[in-house]
Amino acid sequence: MIDLLNALAVLANFVIMPALAYGSQLALGALGVTLIYGILRFSNFAHGDTMAFGAMATILVTWALQAQGVTLGPLPTALLALPFGIFATCLLLLATDRLVYRFYREQKAAPVILVIVSMGVMFVMNGLVRFIIGVDDQNFADGARFLISAREFRELTGLREGLAIKSTAVITVVVAVLVVAALFWFLNKTRTGKSMRAFSDNEDLALLSGINPERVVAITWIIVAALATTAGVLYGLDKTFKPFTYFQLLLPIFAAAIVGGLGSPIGAIAGGFVIAFSEVTITYAFKRFAGYLLPEAWEPDGLVQLLSTDYKFAVSFAILIIVLLFRPTGLFQGKTA
Amino acid sequence: MTLQPRDIALFFIVFGLIVATGFLQSWNVALGIFNMGLISAIMALGVNMQWGYAGLFNVGVMGFVALGGLGAVIVAMPPVNDAWAAGGLRVIAALIAGLGTIVGAVVLWRRMERGLRRTALLIALLVVGFFVFRALFDPAVEAIERVNPAATGYLGGLGLPVIIAWPVGAALAAGAAWVVGKTALGLRSDYLAIATLGIAEIIIAVMKNEDWLARGVKNVIGLPRPVPYEIDLQNDPGFVDRVTGWGFDPVTASSITVKLAYSGLFLGFLALLLWLTQSALNSPWGRMMRAIRDNEVAAEAMGKDVTGRHLQVFILGSAVCGLAGAMMTTLDGQLTPASYQPLRFTFLVWVMVIVGGSGNNFGAVLGGFLIWYLWVMVEPFGQTLIGFITAGMTDGFWLKEHLLDSAAHMRLLTMGLILILVLRFSPRGLIPER
Repeated sequence: MIDLLNALAVLANFVIMPALAYGSQLALGALGVTLIYGILRFSNFAHGDTMAFGAMATILVTWALQAQGVTLGPLPTALLALPFGIFATCLLLLATDRLVYRFYREQKAAPVILVIVSMGVMFVMNGLVRFIIGVDDQNFADGARFLISAREFRELTGLREGLAIKSTAVITVVVAVLVVAALFWFLNKTRTGKSMRAFSDNEDLALLSGINPERVVAITWIIVAALATTAGVLYGLDKTFKPFTYFQLLLPIFAAAIVGGLGSPIGAIAGGFVIAFSEVTITYAFKRFAGYLLPEAWEPDGLVQLLSTDYKFAVSFAILIIVLLFRPTGLFQGKTA
Repeated sequence: MTLQPRDIALFFIVFGLIVATGFLQSWNVALGIFNMGLISAIMALGVNMQWGYAGLFNVGVMGFVALGGLGAVIVAMPPVNDAWAAGGLRVIAALIAGLGTIVGAVVLWRRMERGLRRTALLIALLVVGFFVFRALFDPAVEAIERVNPAATGYLGGLGLPVIIAWPVGAALAAGAAWVVGKTALGLRSDYLAIATLGIAEIIIAVMKNEDWLARGVKNVIGLPRPVPYEIDLQNDPGFVDRVTGWGFDPVTASSITVKLAYSGLFLGFLALLLWLTQSALNSPWGRMMRAIRDNEVAAEAMGKDVTGRHLQVFILGSAVCGLAGAMMTTLDGQLTPASYQPLRFTFLVWVMVIVGGSGNNFGAVLGGFLIWYLWVMVEPFGQTLIGFITAGMTDGFWLKEHLLDSAAHMRLLTMGLILILVLRFSPRGLIPER
């Protein structure tokens, strides 16, 4: 019995907690991708670098606040800086839309042209972020590191295995839940949100009903800025901020959005967690976990790891391929054309 | 379909830029730019086949280029006999077992009736196959990597002339393209983009981590060359006499001779490819591809197999990228997986195609040379520009320090701006499709 609890503690510590936090970050990222897809109808390759930009803006404000001696006590100061980061990202995205994307919208250009344009935007944003903050790791997390440290957990429960609950992980999950709740309330209950959904479902009908497309697009960019910045900051708090990793997040984020069904917000969230849990489970070495559950004679020699962590991208990719082969519309019927 | 005076003038301008570099800086630099320009032009031709002929969006150029490089190592490096003895056959057996599992799963899926039994058998087959694969693979890899890890620790290659590696690299890339195309083509256009983005990351991850294959991040260096070595030329009295007779320094002359030899080789391949792609574009096949690109529904109604043609051109284009990758690894004389960056190898090639003129092979070649030239030169330009901007600031001022440090990142910004501006104001590129 105690072995089972120990095994569960190991599992919770190394698989469930990290996957929950990572899944929330992916879900927020995928929500942004899926919203742009639903309203503007193209896959935004610049999303990873938008997240990097938002995180960078937040980090700069965080440093300024820290220099002034302003902190949030046990919470990271970055949360206080987050609104400023979102504001900066909003300005950037609205300016990009005005200067770059609007022209193609008016031309009714093919979606793939917009994808290529977004690639150019990605280049520029990536260059901007590197230009301003550099390519190195930036640590900006402060406040309490653990809600419950591994030692406290062991003393509390008497188990041999500790379950450390990182405060950043908890903050990630809580903030993600709040943001998602607010987003769904907005999309389902407010007039503007309803007009956005109408625009996504049927553009012509929405236009006939007197919905102003430019307003819908502007609001979409603002929401996307908020989502991307929050996702970027949470990822940076939980792990570390490095511009290149944000570019690499593009693959799991798109995988999440496609697995859930492009254009479907619920799907994006589900997809985020599917990708995160598979990635963490498949790259986790189950040796300690199995050690508690199996009789001693059976104890494995190897790490009992299905894939090394270097191949975590292969997991998102494999899931993506499976979904494309068997259910191209994703789990929650997204758009197909 | 032929070149117009304006296009020829554009080519002259770009080569003039490179020649000017030769006069102003050094001929070594200019020839270096020219050689990489040739390789970039071939990459751009490959992407142009996919995008320009067929409208396929491939964001995994880097992966296919890297596979070409892997092909060069596998073919040209001398075999490591001890490693083969330690576990070579076992690794091959493991790979066959893994492949057999996948093929078996596909056959099972096709042959059996839909239902619970099929699903259960499929999962059982995959799980058993995976463990058999790992049981064969892991000890063999460990044995191979233990053979003199500082110098080899990998299987080595076949020890064949490096030129043979070029078509082999193309074939490797074509194989990967077949796998991707088979799954992602025929669906939404964005799906292909995401799938290629993924396969490129995975190819690089495999090349970084599978040390038994090509030493991973320990890099393979000293690939055999198709051209003479500088040191041999310098020790060759006939060569030294001749160049000193012409009034050159033997050391500089030897490196320039080697670079010129590469240029000739690459130029020959580029000319051959250009001829092939032009003939293909002007053949009924090329017209069909463009008809499919411009209106898939109509082409399908005329009885064209749209997905099949897409798969074909996707594989061909990727093979050309693989060829360019093998050539590049040959030119570098080494394979360094960590140097494959998506921004450098995927997106830069896209900028070349778009700027040069998508759908036009000459445009792609021109774009390859021009953008490669800019990519190399933007950095010194950027340094100069930043130096000019910061000239008025006092030394030690934080903004000045920061700007000087960041000048290196000007490249991405510039390339992105060029791409956006060209797409906005001249979407058909410098040499448009005709």
